[in-house]
Amino acid sequence: MKGYNFAYLDEQTKRMIRRGLLKAVAIPGHQVPFGSREMPLPYGWGTGGIQVTASILGANDVLKVIDQGADDTTNAVSIRRFFARTAGVATTTATAEATVIQTRHRIPEKQLREDQIIVYQVPQPEPLFRLESSRVETKRMHGLSDYGLMHVKLYEDISRFGQISISYDYPVMVNERYLMSPSPIPAFDNPKMDMMPALQLFGAGREKRIYAIPPWTRVKSLDFEDHPFRTINAPHPCGLCGATDSYLDEVVTDNHGGRLFVCSDTDHCAERRAAGHVGTDGFQEAAE
Amino acid sequence: MAYVAVKGGEKAIDNAHAWLARERRGDTVHPVLSVAQIEEQLGRSVDRVMAEGSLYDRELAALAIKQAQGDLIEAAFLIRAYRTTLPRFAHSRPVETAAMRIERRVSAVFKDLPGGQVLGPTYDYTHRLLDFSLLDDEAVAPATRSPHPLEPMPRVPDILGQEGLIEPDTSAEQEPGDLTREPLTFPADRDVRLQALARGDEGFILGLGYSTQRGYGGSHPFAGEIRMGEVSVEIEPAELGFSIDIGDLVLTECQMVNQFKGSKTVPPQFTRGYGLIFGFGERKAMSMALVDRAMRAGELGEDVTAPAQNIEFVLYHSDNIEATGFVEHLKLPHYVDFQSELQNVRRMRESAA
Repeated sequence: MKGYNFAYLDEQTKRMIRRGLLKAVAIPGHQVPFGSREMPLPYGWGTGGIQVTASILGANDVLKVIDQGADDTTNAVSIRRFFARTAGVATTTATAEATVIQTRHRIPEKQLREDQIIVYQVPQPEPLFRLESSRVETKRMHGLSDYGLMHVKLYEDISRFGQISISYDYPVMVNERYLMSPSPIPAFDNPKMDMMPALQLFGAGREKRIYAIPPWTRVKSLDFEDHPFRTINAPHPCGLCGATDSYLDEVVTDNHGGRLFVCSDTDHCAERRAAGHVGTDGFQEAAE
Repeated sequence: MAYVAVKGGEKAIDNAHAWLARERRGDTVHPVLSVAQIEEQLGRSVDRVMAEGSLYDRELAALAIKQAQGDLIEAAFLIRAYRTTLPRFAHSRPVETAAMRIERRVSAVFKDLPGGQVLGPTYDYTHRLLDFSLLDDEAVAPATRSPHPLEPMPRVPDILGQEGLIEPDTSAEQEPGDLTREPLTFPADRDVRLQALARGDEGFILGLGYSTQRGYGGSHPFAGEIRMGEVSVEIEPAELGFSIDIGDLVLTECQMVNQFKGSKTVPPQFTRGYGLIFGFGERKAMSMALVDRAMRAGELGEDVTAPAQNIEFVLYHSDNIEATGFVEHLKLPHYVDFQSELQNVRRMRESAA
């Protein structure tokens, strides 16, 4: 794009971010402060993820951008266009074809590979922020691995509700050392992070932090022996493709309580339907 | 209702942008607003966008205001996103506000002082009555200026400093920090705090400054001096070895003089709160000086109890580009998280039943 460097950021800035990424990979789950730049998209809309993607993108990469699991939500469209315009890279909606996947709030259903990188947009990198608002304090707590506050919170949940009440952004321990926010993905996606073959990078632009999980790293969702971690999903198959193992969105279909449950991962659902799977509310795909 | 997976985000975005452009232009029976008109006639808006956008360029600020339909935070956002792409050629030397070419200078602590009081182009003593003559093109009477050149105007804290009644201004030992390059870390030194305040949202800083006057971290301030005018910007290229003047900036500076009863190590003396911003922005400069002083509570051995004294609280929430982005991101889809909350509530209700 005329007047701008490849993928918008100047090379010095990309180098600075890559140095941060290397440190983040070397200390899995540790938040690395970085000189987050002002981007032409608003804070809270993926500026951290965009900066990470911009600094790792090469001319031959194939980029997929999803928001809520879908490629066609407006913000995903906007970010995909941003890179198509500023970097001229190829884009795709197919999870298997992408080399870099930027995501907000989901991990694709399809198992990621070693030659892929997933970049998460992170609104709040500090997993302890609801329990301790001062970053000076939380930094100390991470340094000492002092996570008692979070365990007490989970314990209080169990004593009040009989179960842990966190359903998304469910805290994880990375490599048995750092407590980490997995970003606001549903707890359903947490197990996918554990021993994932792909490199996982996290960017928080407004909060100016980067962190990472190298491939094949232990990621454990916090729990207790007598209250093991449980995922949450709607107890239905996908109405369109019949999948029973994918995370579902709930769609309100009428004013009389009508609901339709469909795959949140649009690529996963489309691929299944193309292969002939039909749900109870779906229709046979027309032959192309 | 037959459900079809929602498609068409791309087309919707294009259509929304086209509608926005149409909306911005307004009714074409009226002539289009020129950037020069904004620059000349909406000067205080331009000043605010330059201050919060952290870029001194009147024309670009005016362009941003036009593009943002007068939404000043949106305009500051446009300026910030442009500013971040600009290369850095040099750092200027500290600007010398004592040598400011004064357009306004008032002191609330001395009735008269060397250089005198200069009101300048202020709204202070206007009666806030709508001037209906502005509905039509109005003729403007010529403004008269004193034919005498202004005398040198020493800064009020410097006058107090001669008697040792105000804390000395310590010179920085290291290069000042830069929030636009390095992330905010704590403890945050005063240079970085002042930068954050100068870029911060006028309304937020005003509210915090006001809160210190109402008992939330009071510091007994006096407006020692407020001055506004042009200063020269000089750079000193390493290969030259002397400084060269590269242009002028209009700045507003506020020096608050605050009571201080002394501590175990420091005798009773006045302390400083400092405000300095691009353009003519007196409200912001004064508020900034109040909040700067409030944030020095810990350093001066005062109790830290009020929001304005809490450095982390102030610095993490003063930037309106960060704030508006994150508040407004709530309108982005959150249906994945909401769905997991729905299932969670359903499950909890089942187990409670």
